[in-house]
Amino acid sequence: MASGNREPFNNTVVEWIDSRMPIFTLLNKEYGVFPVPRNFNYFWNFGAIAGFMLVVMIATGLFLAMHYSADTGLAFNSVERIMRDVNGGWLIRYIHMNGASFFFIAVYIHIFRGMYYGSYKKPRELLWILGALIFLLMMATAFLGYVLPWGQMSLWGATVITGFFTAIPFIGEDIQVWLLGGFAVSNPTLTRFFALHFLLPFVIFAVVFLHIWALHICGSNNPLGIEPKTRQDTLPFHPYYTIKDSFGLLVFVLVYCVFIFYMPDALGHPDNYIQANPMVTPPHIVPEWYFLPFYAILRAITFNMNLYFLLGLVMLLLLLVDFVWRKKPVYLSAAGGLALLVVGGLLVLTGFTGDSCQRIDAQWLEANVGFKNMCGTLQALPGMSAEAAPISAKLGGVLAMFGSVAMLFVLPWLDTHPVRSARYRPLYRVFFLLLVVVFLILGYVGSQPADASVAGVPLILVGLLGTGYYFAYFLVILPLLGRFEKAKPLPESIHDVVLAKQINAETKI
Amino acid sequence: MTAHMHTEHDDDGETRRDFMAILAGAFGAIGAAIAAFPLLNSLSPARDTLALATIEVDLSDIPEGSSKTVMWRGKPVFIRHRTPEQIKAAESVNLQSLIDKQTDEERVKKPEWLVTVGVCTHLGCVPMGQKESDNHGDFGGWFCPCHGSHYDTSGRIRKGPAPKNLTVPPYAFLSDTKIKIG
Repeated sequence: MASGNREPFNNTVVEWIDSRMPIFTLLNKEYGVFPVPRNFNYFWNFGAIAGFMLVVMIATGLFLAMHYSADTGLAFNSVERIMRDVNGGWLIRYIHMNGASFFFIAVYIHIFRGMYYGSYKKPRELLWILGALIFLLMMATAFLGYVLPWGQMSLWGATVITGFFTAIPFIGEDIQVWLLGGFAVSNPTLTRFFALHFLLPFVIFAVVFLHIWALHICGSNNPLGIEPKTRQDTLPFHPYYTIKDSFGLLVFVLVYCVFIFYMPDALGHPDNYIQANPMVTPPHIVPEWYFLPFYAILRAITFNMNLYFLLGLVMLLLLLVDFVWRKKPVYLSAAGGLALLVVGGLLVLTGFTGDSCQRIDAQWLEANVGFKNMCGTLQALPGMSAEAAPISAKLGGVLAMFGSVAMLFVLPWLDTHPVRSARYRPLYRVFFLLLVVVFLILGYVGSQPADASVAGVPLILVGLLGTGYYFAYFLVILPLLGRFEKAKPLPESIHDVVLAKQINAETKI
Repeated sequence: MTAHMHTEHDDDGETRRDFMAILAGAFGAIGAAIAAFPLLNSLSPARDTLALATIEVDLSDIPEGSSKTVMWRGKPVFIRHRTPEQIKAAESVNLQSLIDKQTDEERVKKPEWLVTVGVCTHLGCVPMGQKESDNHGDFGGWFCPCHGSHYDTSGRIRKGPAPKNLTVPPYAFLSDTKIKIG
């Protein structure tokens, strides 16, 4: 940014501005000649695509706001008016509505890319955390925006989500009333949600700026996960990646347009075209598709976390902290670690089983006397009752849901393996792709009614197992892999690999 | 930058200046917090929202076995005219088997009338079960479709994620067929 060693421009107007404020020098440095690894695949398009979607959402949102009325008596009809009477209003709304989904598609692929190729590792931790923050802000913004049309799903989605806060002990109910501005989701809620939905995209914009700033300090990661060393490893951003990003964006927008013009409501819920009614809950409340895995995690915790369970959990976490961060000299001996593992695991199991006994069908217990006796013994233990549990099932679900997002923030410190790209980590690759599958299964579980089952397996159990794997991936598998996984040998340089590929292709011809 | 600062030998001056800087920063932070209070406070329920009307409900048009839903504080209130079987089912439950232990007696003023706030104590949905054709759950009371909580004929949580029984609002019988809620 230093204006001291600036190359003068030929165009006099550009030169006049640049000599007073070197904005063209800055743009040229960051977007013209900026060196970028030459081996990007198409996964690297999605950052630019996500940035484009943010601009689309702010632009269409601004014009929607000019026609929208944030009042429970008017909101639903003002949206219908946009759809029917405002010139091209249907188009602007469908772009905005489907834009939310496509923004999330782009960001989910972007996050997948970052995790598969280890983009969160040193020195890109802060870059990654800013990205996770953008994701969190997007979730908040999408939730607030979904309330504005004031349909049935708007009202009940808002009721369920703000209901999370009542899980906080002692002050939860008061916090909820404060957030809603009343005792139920009502007019004061709608007006503040509109104001915040308008504000947050600009906050996102600011964090995106920081995200890109951090990116331009350490440069992009690449599919090999090794740093570029010489000029042969990189290409200037323009024209190589401006054109590649443009091409990827065009394909993405093509798919986006198919939704806008041919199936605009495919990703929404018909219930939201019914005006909000506080007296009737729709029979099946589902959040938008991009929240479904997290919703499944919320619903998966149906057990209370009693003292036994929590004490065991703390012991296991201590083991984890010691395992991940311990430097020599070793704090815990092998015997000490094993003792923590066994005792902690047993306590967790005792607490979980003891609590679950309260919900086992009485008839089934009569038929299985062994289980009945075990439950009787466990429940006789002090502090095993549901009331004595410090974390109720409800609070546990909310903590698990927020915890699942929090995992992203601490990911750079949980994956301690020095190799970035999954291409050179055969075990990591399998476990990570399994996580993606589990995440998709959780999404399916979240979309189904709470008491549904598939082929006789209750989905609530599938959700619990999926949630278990999700947390195990971050808290157990990654630290273990970091220590024990043997990576494949890394290539010398980016340019070696690219060249070998080229020669290979030419000899085939 | 260093040229404008005190020399390192001036230990006393440095300490004094540091103290003043921390003090000024702390005052600024406290001031900002005080300034933020009226803004955040404006989000609490306004006076018109707090001015709760109490409502009176006529019970004479609810036949035995039926229910009525009325609106109070922006929330639905369930009033059920219970049948003798339902009362018996509610009273004969073993207290130890309950998640939120309450006897039926503690939850009603007259056994045939059950009045509860119709909001699931899990995450605030309105449970089903007011209409004859609704799903009443496994215990003949209400069933919350959002996350699968089952309530019995006393509005007590029996199965599912909800931690508490349906809330009984403050109410009083004005006559045999009229109650005042609130």
